[in-house]
Amino acid sequence: MTQISSDDVQYLARLSNLELSADEIEPLRSDLENIIGYIEQLKELDTEGVEPTYQVTDLQNVWREDEIDNYGIDHTALLDLAPDAEAHQVKVPKVL
Amino acid sequence: MVKIADYSGKSAVANVREAIDKARAHEEFNAILSLTEERALERAAAVDEGKITGRLAGIPFIAKDNFLTLGGTTTAASRILEEFEAPLQATAIEKLEAEGAICIGKANLDAFAHGGSTENSAFGPTKNAHDKERVAGGSSGGSAVVVALDIVPFALGTDTGGSIRQPASFNGVVGVKPTYGMVSRYGVVAMASSTDTIGVLATTATDAELVMEIMSGQDTKDMTTLPDYFAPETIDSPLKIGVIREAMSDDVDPEVRAGVEKTLADLKAAGHEVEEVSLSILKYALAIYYIVVPAEISSNLARYDGVRYGRRASEATTLSDVYGMSRDQGLMPENKRRILIGSYVLSSGFFDAYYLKAQKARTLLIDEFDRLFGQYDALVAPVAPTPAFRLGENTADPVKMYLADIMTVPASLAGMPALSIPATVSQGGLPIGVQLIGPRRSDAKLLALAKQLEEKN
Repeated sequence: MTQISSDDVQYLARLSNLELSADEIEPLRSDLENIIGYIEQLKELDTEGVEPTYQVTDLQNVWREDEIDNYGIDHTALLDLAPDAEAHQVKVPKVL
Repeated sequence: MVKIADYSGKSAVANVREAIDKARAHEEFNAILSLTEERALERAAAVDEGKITGRLAGIPFIAKDNFLTLGGTTTAASRILEEFEAPLQATAIEKLEAEGAICIGKANLDAFAHGGSTENSAFGPTKNAHDKERVAGGSSGGSAVVVALDIVPFALGTDTGGSIRQPASFNGVVGVKPTYGMVSRYGVVAMASSTDTIGVLATTATDAELVMEIMSGQDTKDMTTLPDYFAPETIDSPLKIGVIREAMSDDVDPEVRAGVEKTLADLKAAGHEVEEVSLSILKYALAIYYIVVPAEISSNLARYDGVRYGRRASEATTLSDVYGMSRDQGLMPENKRRILIGSYVLSSGFFDAYYLKAQKARTLLIDEFDRLFGQYDALVAPVAPTPAFRLGENTADPVKMYLADIMTVPASLAGMPALSIPATVSQGGLPIGVQLIGPRRSDAKLLALAKQLEEKN
């Protein structure tokens, strides 16, 4: 069975943009190990030569005219949702 | 239990006030996260003045709190969206409102619909309508309970792997998950985009049919919607119905199996032909689901980062802290588990072994269903292996919690319609449902079968 280490959890957390607190790591580590242990049973199933399924509607290339439609929502209403905004822009802390 | 017809022709304002009073009288169940009284009463007055008419004129309903609605918050039962007020409404809500229905509030759920018990809500668990020591089921637990308690005649839910059907079973109401693509998902918080569906919880199949008919249809705002096809049906000739053998093993609670047997007897009495069939891949369905769905969750929940909307961690001083801390503080443990599992199965080196493998296995599952539906009009199975379990019983072990979904995930992965209707009541007084599954686009036939069974009982 796949072993999951605390470092693995930290690595996955980085990939997921999750800044976990120290006391969250161990419970998540053991849960992940159990869940991965469960889903690994799929290895028993022979899927040689089977095409993967990514969607179930059989719809393909649903096109629309390349025209702007704001769905009736003013951009200021969306901007108002931002935790911080200035000069019609969403504001975040300095990146560099 | 109350039906839509019980409200028709009455004052909409009186209907809304009565529903809100009932909601307040049942606060101990924690089924409702917010009431939108002001907007509901304004709309009710407009109905009474004849400004809004339609097939649901003046009928109050409640939406799961992952549907965007006006007049209050849409939290998805999470801290990160605790104060989020949507600037738009879901297409499903708009369609119901256009028929005069009145949304009076928002129902509790597992945060972001991740769970099968409504215990993962950031605002506390919902209690079962029949036993306050037990779970409501989930993730549409609040929606099932408000219907079971007669607060409203119907409520909206979402079903990604059983989130309408299982709480419907646990609370003794009808729960409908449509064919993938029948109902627009525009304006509904996304969980797993390849299996997310929108449906209804109601007290009768007749009411559920009306609500599904109104919500159904192609929507230019949701490119995954199918061309319109839903039209109510009646059963006028005998059907061939299969009962899934692997779903009736000794691992399934005897009282749950008894509920299925009772339904099979009713189906036979109605003139249908019932045979045992095999869905051999059933044992792998949950493993497929818990690879595909977390993978989609990990990308869908990337948007909750404290930048454009939702709560931002106040102590964050760098952009990476805005992301990381806002997400850590705003998401529930089960959300984090699923995001991390998703990142794991999609990560470099593991993609083929998990995600690609699961999508291939999904093809095998769909092939087995298609083969069965070549011979049978509908399949019957339990909804969940047990009646409602105790609060806290499964929270320490995520895999044990996931196993409650084993009967419902196959139809989700295959995009098939499925519904849960009340079948029996356990010796302990807990409702137990039975699941009907049909081929894609057979929604109306499944509902017709449910209506026929209802008439027999």
